[in-house]
Amino acid sequence: MKKITAHGGNIILLSFIVAFILSMIPLPQVLQLIRPEFVLIVLIYWCIALPNRVGVGIGWLAGLVFDVSSDALLGQHALTFALIAYLAIKLHQRIRVFPIWQQALTILVLMMFQATITLWIKGMLGDAPAFYIFIIPAISTALFWPIGYLLMRQVRRYYQIN
Amino acid sequence: MTLDHRTTYVNTLRSSIAVLVYPFQYIVNFPANVGDWASDSFSSRKTLQEENATLRTQNLILTTQLQKLNFIESENIHLRSLLESSKRVGERILIAELLSVDMDPYKQQVTINKGSASGDDIYPGQPFVDAKGVMGKLVHITPFSSTALLITDPSHSLPVQLNRNGLRAIAKGTGSQSRLEIPHLPNNADIKVGDLLVTSGLGCVFPVGYPVATVTEINIDPSLPFAEVIAEPIAELDRSSEILLVWPGGKAKPNPSNPCQMESGLELEKNNAAEGIKAS
Repeated sequence: MKKITAHGGNIILLSFIVAFILSMIPLPQVLQLIRPEFVLIVLIYWCIALPNRVGVGIGWLAGLVFDVSSDALLGQHALTFALIAYLAIKLHQRIRVFPIWQQALTILVLMMFQATITLWIKGMLGDAPAFYIFIIPAISTALFWPIGYLLMRQVRRYYQIN
Repeated sequence: MTLDHRTTYVNTLRSSIAVLVYPFQYIVNFPANVGDWASDSFSSRKTLQEENATLRTQNLILTTQLQKLNFIESENIHLRSLLESSKRVGERILIAELLSVDMDPYKQQVTINKGSASGDDIYPGQPFVDAKGVMGKLVHITPFSSTALLITDPSHSLPVQLNRNGLRAIAKGTGSQSRLEIPHLPNNADIKVGDLLVTSGLGCVFPVGYPVATVTEINIDPSLPFAEVIAEPIAELDRSSEILLVWPGGKAKPNPSNPCQMESGLELEKNNAAEGIKAS
């Protein structure tokens, strides 16, 4: 039993690494703006699927790494990722039974929430971009959610992580 | 977050996490590296010959210009000694490469492959240029890589002067890679489309005399107090893959809180600033 747990941990870590790499791959400037938040999709998925193993702490750590990789203010993404992880765990029993389009809508709400907090932080620093720029990734993340969800579920079932 | 914004205490934490992030950046950059290597290895003889020919011509032209430059430089030093002002210290440079890694899409930033571990004593606030003009300055130094702010970032401004008449101004980033804004120039300022803007050296962060941008658009609205001047950066901000880090003060590192003073207590030769004033 323990062996399976350790194995699952590696897969979770690997999924985060893949998400980080996807979020760093250079894209043209137009596509950059609509790039889904891959790390958040992975984080939310694991929070819903395994709320006993992935939670606020891991969200916070992932956010901290994301802050450094995107050279944002240290703690900005850590805060929003931890909040998203908290909400995802709080709602995990509901989200699990939703049909997939309704899940995507929930993700949209979570992403809007994240966008609002990021906008507040950026606003306090005095370099807030236009609000619609923040809404675009929220929508693209919600649109990408079904693909991400199905893919992650396949991975989880294949490796039997629980 | 406040600590990071206001102070420098968390920089150690940032650099230790950055060591963790560097492998990811390396992986992301890897395909670009392979692409470069492949195009180097498989380019045909004809392309190489053509390239060689162009480089030869270019080299000839540059050498000829350099002859003149050497003469002008020695003349300049001589004139300066007559004027009893200190001569400019030679600038030290270092070549670095950009990593093709995307970061925050709301900022104009790049990552370079030099860090504090390479032993070249690069420092935050250090300017860097490409073959054509000023690109920006470093903001965070971590052991294996560093992040830099481009001159087109909305939070970045740099002091410039018109090459033609020495009119001083500020070039502000707009967030678009092909636009700089020159605010606070009066409607009757002597500025024309096509004018070259060079760094003025005021503020001591950027060395004097590097090309920055060309003026592309001037809108004069008599109802507004200032003219609206737009310039286009000369440096290839989105295409360069190799950059030059510049040490304006030669060996010494400037004091982070006041770049006009060196950390060792030496004063950066004042003539950088004085020159800007004299020229105007």
